[in-house]
Amino acid sequence: MEIIEKLVDKNGLVFAFLVVGAIMWSSYWVSKNILRKKIPGVAIAIIVGLMLAFFGNKKGIADVSLFGGMAVLGGSMLRDFTVVSTAMGADFSKIKQAGLAGTIGLFIGVIFSFFLGVILASILGYTDVVSLTTIGAGACTYIVGPVTGSALGATSDVIAISIATGVVKVIVTTIATPILAKRIGLDNPHSAVVFGGLMGTTSGVAAGLAATDPKLVPYGALTATFSTGLGCLLCPSIFYFILKIIWG
Amino acid sequence: MKIYGVALLAFCFLTGKFIGNLLGVAIGINGDVGGVGFGMVLLIFVNGYMRKKGWLEPLTEKGILFWSAMYIPVVVAMSATQNVKAAISEGPIAIIVGVTVTLTGFFLVPLISKIGRKKQNN
Repeated sequence: MEIIEKLVDKNGLVFAFLVVGAIMWSSYWVSKNILRKKIPGVAIAIIVGLMLAFFGNKKGIADVSLFGGMAVLGGSMLRDFTVVSTAMGADFSKIKQAGLAGTIGLFIGVIFSFFLGVILASILGYTDVVSLTTIGAGACTYIVGPVTGSALGATSDVIAISIATGVVKVIVTTIATPILAKRIGLDNPHSAVVFGGLMGTTSGVAAGLAATDPKLVPYGALTATFSTGLGCLLCPSIFYFILKIIWG
Repeated sequence: MKIYGVALLAFCFLTGKFIGNLLGVAIGINGDVGGVGFGMVLLIFVNGYMRKKGWLEPLTEKGILFWSAMYIPVVVAMSATQNVKAAISEGPIAIIVGVTVTLTGFFLVPLISKIGRKKQNN
């Protein structure tokens, strides 16, 4: 037992690969076989992650020495590095395909998610600008929140709230899309492109559209892919300053 | 070689962060202002340019795609290392914000689709 403890302690990051791999595998298994893809595996995996954080305190599960490597894998350096790498799938010439409606939807999606998030957070009693910005960013997607939060120096509990907000968005989008599709005219590529930009969460949009009409998935994903990038660009900069001016 | 892709990604990442930090200093806050976003924009441009020139070898691309596939696992690890106990004690804010923003978003879809269509016809 002592040997294992020493081994894991010395190879924390490698152990974290194993742990996260196991979480991913079991989450996708549950999503596919038990929930019949009603909730995407990504959302389940992140929820499992958030639940594991209960076993520790300030640094989540990384407070348990065996899982110290999780803080390296989930630290801001690797996170920002992988977030930037996802831009590889985006292509500015594709934004032309999305057209004017798609582009407007994309911007409106980020702007309204952020400010509605901020307004709700301030009603619920948050007053400092950094926390408000972080929670508003979390209302864009579960990645814009933590990227913004750590760039501005938000506390870990506020960052956790912003991740959870983004995950709620994924789940609600996935479940509500097939239910509301008809009512909002979501039955053609044009509205799917707008929808993808407005919602912003790629996993939620893809899963929700797949349950509505699989043919619409690529159209929704087209604009949703740009959303996180746009959010990471606007939230910690322009939006933060706007809030700073308003709240002083 | 794959490392070329990883190095290219590292270049875009660091340049983006540098711009973000410069901007932070210029505006007088101690932080990184949109660095990740700048990095992404840079990568999109570099990627597009190199593709056009035919400089982007499949192996170079694979070096970047590996990291983009690691994105979700990294997010899971990040979630597991947050102060969730303190976050829960703040009440159901994540659920309130998440649900309200998403449902409002749904009802903006017909509105924006309409505006876009009219303009496209013109």
